[in-house]
Amino acid sequence: MSHSTPALIEADRLMTVCNSCRYCEGLCAVFPAMELKRSFTDGDLNHLANLCHNCGACYHDCQFTPPHEFAVNVPGTLAQVRAESYAQYAWPKAARPLFARHGTALALGLMVTTALFIAGFVAASDPGALWSAHQDDARFYALMPHNAMIAVFGAAFAWMILAITMGARAFWRDTGASQTGSRDHAQAAHDAARLTYLDGGGMGCFNDDDRPDDRRRMWHHFTFYGFLLCFAATSLATIYHYLLGWHAPYSWHSGPALLGIAGGIGLVIGPIGLLSAKRGRMPELGATGFRGMEVGFLLILLLTGATGLALRLLGETTLLGGLLALHLGAVLTFFLTMPYGKFVHGLYRYLALARHARDLRHHKTAK
Amino acid sequence: MTGRWDVLVAGGGNAALCAAIAARRAGRSVLVLEKAPKFYRGGNTRHTRNMRCAHDTATGTLTGPYTGDEFMRDLLRVTSGNTDETLARMMIERSYDMLEWIQQQGVRFQPSLGGTLSLGRTNSFFLGGGRSMLNALYRTAQRLGVEVRYEHEVTEVEIDGRSFRAATVTTPEGKTRIEARSLIAASGGFQADIDWLKQGWGERADNFLIRGTPHNRGSLTRALIDNGVQQIGDATQCHAVAIDARAPKYDGGIITRLDCVVFGIVVNKNAARFYDEGEDIWPKRYAIWGRLVAEQPDQIAYIVFDAPNLEKFMPSLYPPVQADSIAELAGKLSLDPHQLTETIHDFNAAVVGGRPFDHTEPDGNRTEGLGIDKTNWAKRIETAPFYAYPVRPGITFTYLGTRVNDRARMVMKDGTPAENMFAAGEIMAGNVLGQGYAAGIGMTIGAVFGRLAGEEAAAYVA
Ligand SMILES: Cc1cc2nc3c(=O)[nH]c(=O)nc-3n(C[C@H](O)[C@H](O)[C@H](O)COP(=O)(O)OP(=O)(O)OC[C@H]3O[C@@H](n4cnc5c(N)ncnc54)[C@H](O)[C@@H]3O)c2cc1C
Ligand code: SF4
Ligand code: SF4
Repeated sequence: MSHSTPALIEADRLMTVCNSCRYCEGLCAVFPAMELKRSFTDGDLNHLANLCHNCGACYHDCQFTPPHEFAVNVPGTLAQVRAESYAQYAWPKAARPLFARHGTALALGLMVTTALFIAGFVAASDPGALWSAHQDDARFYALMPHNAMIAVFGAAFAWMILAITMGARAFWRDTGASQTGSRDHAQAAHDAARLTYLDGGGMGCFNDDDRPDDRRRMWHHFTFYGFLLCFAATSLATIYHYLLGWHAPYSWHSGPALLGIAGGIGLVIGPIGLLSAKRGRMPELGATGFRGMEVGFLLILLLTGATGLALRLLGETTLLGGLLALHLGAVLTFFLTMPYGKFVHGLYRYLALARHARDLRHHKTAK
Repeated sequence: MTGRWDVLVAGGGNAALCAAIAARRAGRSVLVLEKAPKFYRGGNTRHTRNMRCAHDTATGTLTGPYTGDEFMRDLLRVTSGNTDETLARMMIERSYDMLEWIQQQGVRFQPSLGGTLSLGRTNSFFLGGGRSMLNALYRTAQRLGVEVRYEHEVTEVEIDGRSFRAATVTTPEGKTRIEARSLIAASGGFQADIDWLKQGWGERADNFLIRGTPHNRGSLTRALIDNGVQQIGDATQCHAVAIDARAPKYDGGIITRLDCVVFGIVVNKNAARFYDEGEDIWPKRYAIWGRLVAEQPDQIAYIVFDAPNLEKFMPSLYPPVQADSIAELAGKLSLDPHQLTETIHDFNAAVVGGRPFDHTEPDGNRTEGLGIDKTNWAKRIETAPFYAYPVRPGITFTYLGTRVNDRARMVMKDGTPAENMFAAGEIMAGNVLGQGYAAGIGMTIGAVFGRLAGEEAAAYVA
């Protein structure tokens, strides 16, 4: 079958090799999924690539990895295909080059949005408010009216949801993931929540060398659940505001604040752990050309978490104005770039897991 | 450590590591010398997928019991009784325990791989394959304090009477001499030394492919035999299967195997059939074709089948040669088109068939009236496109090696046991396998004799 990129061509070659071997069948979902087919479309390969959690086990377990002449490197090849697939499915088309320059986009976005927030604060109230808002009862809203905040972030959020949905839809269609049932989604949610396939078949994932550990999974849990807690904090605050009529600022022991603090801690510890794990990791296992996207995603999460926590700790000091601008700049940049960076990996992996659950179910009933 | 080691292990595969771990667990200082560089350590072990151990009940990964008696019957059948029965019984008895012991060393099992269900009851499959298994053994050995040196080939041995004194080791930096109180030879067969193969096979060996490591050249086997250790087996005995002729000369591994003989016919370079393709089911049919092809001119043959069979067997690395007519197929294979057309025409005309096709057991679909009939699974080859795989003998490993006794001790030419020299794995497989093979037994031989050798060496040194 012909394929559109060198990475896809290589992935196709490897799937033929692996299908004749199958030794790695018990390590993860990728190999059993591959065994269901003998030839692979671009969509099939993108599905397999997104199913791969890059645990690295099959690299060390394979008798044919380089320097062997068969040069089998499944994690590295699938990482490349996966990273390229994010761009391939992105919407709108014009934004696709962003993936390769994600780091630069983030840095620029952050500077511009932060500066704009500062300028906005200064323009909206008197210049002194930047330094004195911490003494005002309304705190944040002394700097930026609630409605303005909702307008800016609501618009960014809606855009993000639209773009991500369009991308996911393209991925879903191309990888043939229709006809999944609720059972499949339950299975996918379970596997995604536990990162079932990041454990190399039970040993943990491989990072710096051929000795496995399970730290990457732990850091990922911190990050992912930190993110969810922050999301929950914001949602709860929205409920407080609109349904219950309780207005911010909330004290540290309120629901939104506690969720936010826990989430912020996760978003600081997790990304730091993942960044340091990435530094020591064997480069063969990753994609080339997407370092900015991967590191940038972790940095923006880290910055969001850290500035959020700092606001909680230093919100009573003159730093409030500057910190708030930085925090809002980070969150806004994060929202706007979400559809064009590493964030989509979670969604595509989830969808791939759902399709995999469906495929296995169909295969069993067919038998 | 410097000075004299308690146990020197030559080799770096399953046999060597089981020996090293067992000796180290008994408290001895152990040095492992592996000829290959780190990536290629454990030459043939890194290509394996399973091992055959006796067990009385089903387990999480084995579908049913496989008793020692049944194992023994299988071994007697595949070797036609050509085995040292005392040794074989001892090995099978100790294989019961091996399942657990090897897992304690970090090796993990999984249910049998897709496409190999026929082995799900008898064989334990390594999760992640042989290299994963081997990596686990290395991690354990090194954690216990076994020292491993790569690119260290044991090329000469100093033997005083029945007693090993020291080894000469060839490294990229030159030769060194290493003394030890005992030696465990676990350095594999000699299959990668084509000249040695020629002593048994003649010039035919030039056309053999070696499925595993290029490093198993029998240098230590030769040194031991030349220094008074008794040889077992002859240079023709080995495990050989028919593999894709396009495979590399060495180390093509499992993915070049072809298990599709039953789905068509096999012809030689004269486009003539030469053996009943329906004689027996897996695994026997798999293991005989290496030798059969070795007997054919230029040691090449072609498996020919038609469209409906393409996806009925495990895929392999190289795509089959494809053509819309038999004559065109012959052209692509450089066979005589008339002869191949005639062979297939005659075959088709002789097919009786009529029964439901079932490749998992003899199904009685046969040909009648041919010089060489196909006695099962005979179906007309008539639907284009037509396909062919060129095949050559692929040598898995050789059986000629050192004789051992039931304590894994080498036996000297005069029949007395060596004092402090042991052997395990391919290098002594000929003690158990006079001929023939049963899938997974290579690893059993390595693990059981390896562990035993390690324990015995440790006990001797104590
Ligand atoms: C493709 C393939 C698939 C197989 N699959 C299976 C299977 O599923 N199950 C099974 O039971 N068997 C299988 N076998 C057979 C199995 O590989 C062997 O029986 C087994 O691995 C032998 O173990 P060993 O430790 O004796 O030899 P090896 O694992 O080959 O180790 C010998 C080591 O000794 C080193 N060496 C050689 N000479 C010297 C020297 N002079 N000094 C120091 N080091 C030296 C070599 O570099 C090599 O690493 C397979 C073989 C092949 C080729
Ligand atoms: S990665 Fe290597 S060992 Fe694993 S299935 Fe593929 S070819 Fe086999
Ligand atoms: S890297 Fe891990 S998850 Fe990816 S294919 Fe290999 S074993 Fe599976």
